[in-house]
Amino acid sequence: MALLHIDNLHAAADEKPILNGISLTVNAGEVHAIMGPNGSGKSTLAQVLAGHEAYDVTAGSISFAGEDLLDMEAEERAWAGLFLAFQYPVEIPGVSNAYFLRQGYNEIRKARGLDELDPIDFYDLLEEKLKVVEWGPEIMERAVNFGFSGGEKKRNEILQMAVLEPKLAILDETDSGLDIDALRIVANGVNTLRGPEKAIIVVTHYQRLLNYIVPDFVHVIAGGRIVRSGGKELALELEEKGYEWLTSEAAVA
Amino acid sequence: MSSSVEHLVSREYKYGFVTDIEQETAAVGLSEDTVRFISAKKEEPEWLLEWRLKAYRRWLEMTEPHWPNVNYPPIDYQGSTYYAAPKNQKPLGSLDEVDPKLLETYEKLGIPLSEQKMLAGVAVDAIFDSVSVGTTFKATLAKAGVIFCSFGEAVKEHPDLVRQYLGSVVPANDNFFAALNSAVFSDGSFVFIPKGVRCPMELSTYFRINAANSGQFERTLIIAEEGASVSYLEGCTAPKRDENQLHAAVVELVALDGASIKYSTVQNWYAGDENGVGGIYNFVTKRGKAMRDAKISWTQVETGSSITWKYPSVILQGDNAVGEFYSVAVANGRQQADTGTKMIHLGRNTRSTIISKGISAGEGQNSYRGQVKIMPGAEGARNYTQCDSMLIGNRCGAHTFPYIDVRNASSDVEHEASTSKIGEDQIFYCKQRGLNTENAISVIVNGFCKEVFRELPMEFAVEAQKLLGVSLEGSVG
Repeated sequence: MALLHIDNLHAAADEKPILNGISLTVNAGEVHAIMGPNGSGKSTLAQVLAGHEAYDVTAGSISFAGEDLLDMEAEERAWAGLFLAFQYPVEIPGVSNAYFLRQGYNEIRKARGLDELDPIDFYDLLEEKLKVVEWGPEIMERAVNFGFSGGEKKRNEILQMAVLEPKLAILDETDSGLDIDALRIVANGVNTLRGPEKAIIVVTHYQRLLNYIVPDFVHVIAGGRIVRSGGKELALELEEKGYEWLTSEAAVA
Repeated sequence: MSSSVEHLVSREYKYGFVTDIEQETAAVGLSEDTVRFISAKKEEPEWLLEWRLKAYRRWLEMTEPHWPNVNYPPIDYQGSTYYAAPKNQKPLGSLDEVDPKLLETYEKLGIPLSEQKMLAGVAVDAIFDSVSVGTTFKATLAKAGVIFCSFGEAVKEHPDLVRQYLGSVVPANDNFFAALNSAVFSDGSFVFIPKGVRCPMELSTYFRINAANSGQFERTLIIAEEGASVSYLEGCTAPKRDENQLHAAVVELVALDGASIKYSTVQNWYAGDENGVGGIYNFVTKRGKAMRDAKISWTQVETGSSITWKYPSVILQGDNAVGEFYSVAVANGRQQADTGTKMIHLGRNTRSTIISKGISAGEGQNSYRGQVKIMPGAEGARNYTQCDSMLIGNRCGAHTFPYIDVRNASSDVEHEASTSKIGEDQIFYCKQRGLNTENAISVIVNGFCKEVFRELPMEFAVEAQKLLGVSLEGSVG
């Protein structure tokens, strides 16, 4: 059974259609890259999967681990193992990273019928996970993303992903605004979290990130549809030719 | 599609029960006879009766202030009772003699009065309507020379101290509500920390309004002599009733040279229902006077009352005196709050800090009103004000009224203000990490208030966080 199955998904924001019939199947163990020009609907797809209320699903269906994803609140999707690394991680002043992450971690455990972790046990877990993003413990006392540089925010997303251990992680332009060192750290972090039980969807503009996180499949979105799917070589072709040949094809079709 | 940030019904007020106890009350209405009745009930000396009567006569000439940014129907001062006390009040030898019904009431409120069950290190004075029903740990405190008792008891046992300091910070004719209080105040707490003594435990007063159709007018007086220090906390609740009840208290703090007073309030009076019916009018005058090298710090968490009108202030009279005001004020449902502080700098090198966090939700209206006044003699005075407002939903309001009056060129005054709307993006982010909406709001709001909560005594910081969570529960859907 597919981990994620999207069938003919249509979505709109303020009655303006953005996704116009996306179909996509992701199995456990796979890494899919979703590419496409600005405004093609890549990030909307990520937000719709995570349950952002700004978007209305007007047609289609999504199943996740055998359940109807569209029937679930955003937090229920998190409990079920869906994680979104935000393109623009949100600042929460006054709330420490450690506290925030422990709240989320324990809510997810509760939903799965597991005992909550106390702050001391959680700290041990954190210490392990911090290594994934090559960070020291100081970061955990800082307020969530508050005053973080762009690169730090993205690293923090990967740290959260490492702690929450999702079945499906969606990385929404996690590479944007990263310098080469930060890109390496983030990509390494993601790679350590790959596994036969887990799937990753990488949403990106550029092929660059895919040198580090090598995808099994690449899909190109234009005009709210998947206009081309292929293997990792498709990304290289895009790097060389740009998107125009595909988007004009889409327009013709 | 509906926005995720919108008002739903607030959750039940859990302290809204009524204690069924026989009451002795004054006749409805207010006159010189009422004042005499109260004074006689309390077996007060002649000078105090005169002081009350003088205040009453001044009050008659005064008019209710209408400059606060709040709206309410006219108050009928003749329609209320000015004294209510549980019957059979005898002088108490010990807490064992307190009516079990009262002890039960405080148990229910989470304030056990038996010393074995008390929070370690906190002494409590419990005020039920117009009278104090008991004070814990008196003996322990007496050993350190600390006096902590009901105001009524202080008038009897320590008349000279009361006479010396009563009205010395908030004069009887200070304002309309202070004058009313001065005329009819019933009980309250009295604290005296002698020279050089650091009070060995936290002191706390728990105010409970129980009687229907009665006002509560308590009076608190705290004196810290030279080099003394004390931390004091008050908590307040009231039953749910359909009519509004007036609470007009006066608190006076005197910090002599080098003394330090930390005064914390967790105010959770009944706020009225979701239609704005009922609730407490909390019209309170609180002021402290800080002499040379003294420090007065106000911390307040104001989550209750239908209307709040309150400006805990510091007169920085002596050189190097320090004044602080840390406030979290919540206006949810139909609540209206007009609160802030006054920092009056008289002495040289005096310093004040104001951190105000206003949270508005539902149809709540929250105003910060603060005055910073630097007088000509206050060489090198400094003030820092930070005033942040948070809006939850789109039917509430946040207002800021800063008054800055600087008459000394060597002083330094800073004012920072911000208004933020609790973002759907913030909530979505939290939800994506597994928090439900209410937890998300609670985490975000507690983060917003952190600078204030960390000023609260440890035992109460956790309570305050929970309280804030409860007050805002149901404010978004």
